[in-house]
Amino acid sequence: MLDTLLGWIDDRSGLITATRRVLQHPVPPRTGWWYVFGSATGLAFLLQVATGIALATAYVPSSGQAYDSLRFISEQALLGRFLRGMHYFGASAMVLLIGIHVSRTYLMAAYKFPRELNWLTGAVLLLLTLALAFTGQLLRWDQTAVWSVIVGAAQAGRMPIVGEQIARFILAGDTLGGATLSRFFAFHVFFIPALVFLLIGVHLLLVLRHGISERPKAGEPVDPATYRRRYDELLQREGVPFWPDAAWRDVVFGAAMVSTVALLAVIVGPPDLGPPPDPSILEAYPRPDWYFLWYFAVLAMAPQHLETIIIVAGPLVFGALLLLVPMFNKGERSVRRRPMAALLVVFIWTMILVFWVAGERADWSPDFDAAPLPAQVVRSTDPTIVAGAKLFHDKGCEFCHAVAGYGGKRGPDLTDVAARMSPDQITGRITNGGPNMPAYVRVLTSEETAAIVAFLNTRR
Amino acid sequence: MESAPSPAPLQRRRFLTRISVALSAAIGAVLSVPVVGFLLAPLMQREPRVWRPVGGVDQFKVGETVSVRFEDASPLPWAGATARTAAWLRREDESRFTAYSVHCTHLGCPVRWISDAKLFLCPCHGGVYYADGTVSAGPPPRPLPTYPVRVRRGQVEIQTSPIPIA
Repeated sequence: MLDTLLGWIDDRSGLITATRRVLQHPVPPRTGWWYVFGSATGLAFLLQVATGIALATAYVPSSGQAYDSLRFISEQALLGRFLRGMHYFGASAMVLLIGIHVSRTYLMAAYKFPRELNWLTGAVLLLLTLALAFTGQLLRWDQTAVWSVIVGAAQAGRMPIVGEQIARFILAGDTLGGATLSRFFAFHVFFIPALVFLLIGVHLLLVLRHGISERPKAGEPVDPATYRRRYDELLQREGVPFWPDAAWRDVVFGAAMVSTVALLAVIVGPPDLGPPPDPSILEAYPRPDWYFLWYFAVLAMAPQHLETIIIVAGPLVFGALLLLVPMFNKGERSVRRRPMAALLVVFIWTMILVFWVAGERADWSPDFDAAPLPAQVVRSTDPTIVAGAKLFHDKGCEFCHAVAGYGGKRGPDLTDVAARMSPDQITGRITNGGPNMPAYVRVLTSEETAAIVAFLNTRR
Repeated sequence: MESAPSPAPLQRRRFLTRISVALSAAIGAVLSVPVVGFLLAPLMQREPRVWRPVGGVDQFKVGETVSVRFEDASPLPWAGATARTAAWLRREDESRFTAYSVHCTHLGCPVRWISDAKLFLCPCHGGVYYADGTVSAGPPPRPLPTYPVRVRRGQVEIQTSPIPIA
């Protein structure tokens, strides 16, 4: 009975035969666990679509009400907190997995003939994933989100000629306001996902057309004249059906990924909503989510004269490099014969990690909450020194300079400054400032400067 | 056996191809021009500049710098809190006021006035400005911009401006 029904559906639609042919297409043997990251990225995207649709049924994409609807989803709606957590960690998984997938295909040179377009469609998918991550972070419409929009617009504004227009496009006008969020919402839930669906379709068609790349072997370079014949021979000789011989690993890894995301959603939960999206509240400290934290650090640490070049040219160079990769479509695939490729991947991941740690610490940010120095740190009853220690806090020195663990890390630690500078040198530095320090002659009276110097002179 | 197609059907086919392509392009244009225009509309529209009262003159002490909030020029009804803007307002003397933008010229983050230190500090990347808005340390490329301020009928008024972008 069921067979008859299925037979009828297949006769009229052809879908079952087509699906079976796709699932059982021959793939090279011994592909192994390195090949699971593409399908896992796709699965993470589907997870985002499912949880995103659920969240969109309660989220109000209005600049004035989104924040309240997010509070409702997080605090009152049944499963709302869990779904927000899934969506957040699903986004994290998607960004991380596509990063691993692109590194893997680059390391194994899977982009070489005839799979150049597989790489290019994947490169666009990488950029679209980052666009989804950025717009998604903004839909968490709290104080950090509105300031992130402004910071994003300010970065776009550095672009020569078109910068101001792009910034106005991002803000949807002269200032942040009622029009800003609806546009980000439309881009995040309709426009970018539609492009992602389209490109994943093309990407998969290309994977079927050219087959999964075989494991690279040193000494077997890709020659466009012979590659296709040799690949076909390999499949005829040793090919195995994709389902289940290779696919089972995708399923196992995908299940592990989804369980991890769900567990994190339950245990850690979604990121907290910050203060409301009111641009007139100035006690704000906007920082991006983890996937852009390293870039936040790059912008803080870049030398000033290079900064605009980095903001404008950085993304363009990154895009151009991605497009250029498949130009090198012949020759050795094995990473043993391509040491520069391995070095490049290690360099990029290390750079991201180093800047990420720097962004996490954010030593360049003044410590606005630095507590006044306690008596056991001041270690003196001399009224001038005590007054100097108080001024050290009150006049903002302590925002940037630490003494015995109290204070910020932007400037040099002054715990034992007297051991390396004379009172005259300290006075000169306070009075005249430095490249990254205000000239306090405009702020302090000479008595106040003398008191601070007296205090600092006890630090050894 | 059929003979080769005569010129007449070939011409007909070419004509039908052309007209189909042209009509498809027309459909595309009818759909895309208004959609793209709608998305780009914010680039063409300039908001008017209006004066917003931020408090009575007597509320402000000479020499003090405080944050004041006011509404954007033409807020949409659903803008809620996002329609608000702030400025750092200082009363210079009996009649003169200066209103500084709260946006750091580095990347637009909100600067804070530290009254004891008489400095504006930016939390994002550590930019510092002197009391007159000139850069004293850190990455900001330009001084803090100011808003036009005036006193009308005992009220201090600030003129709305676009968010300062490079």
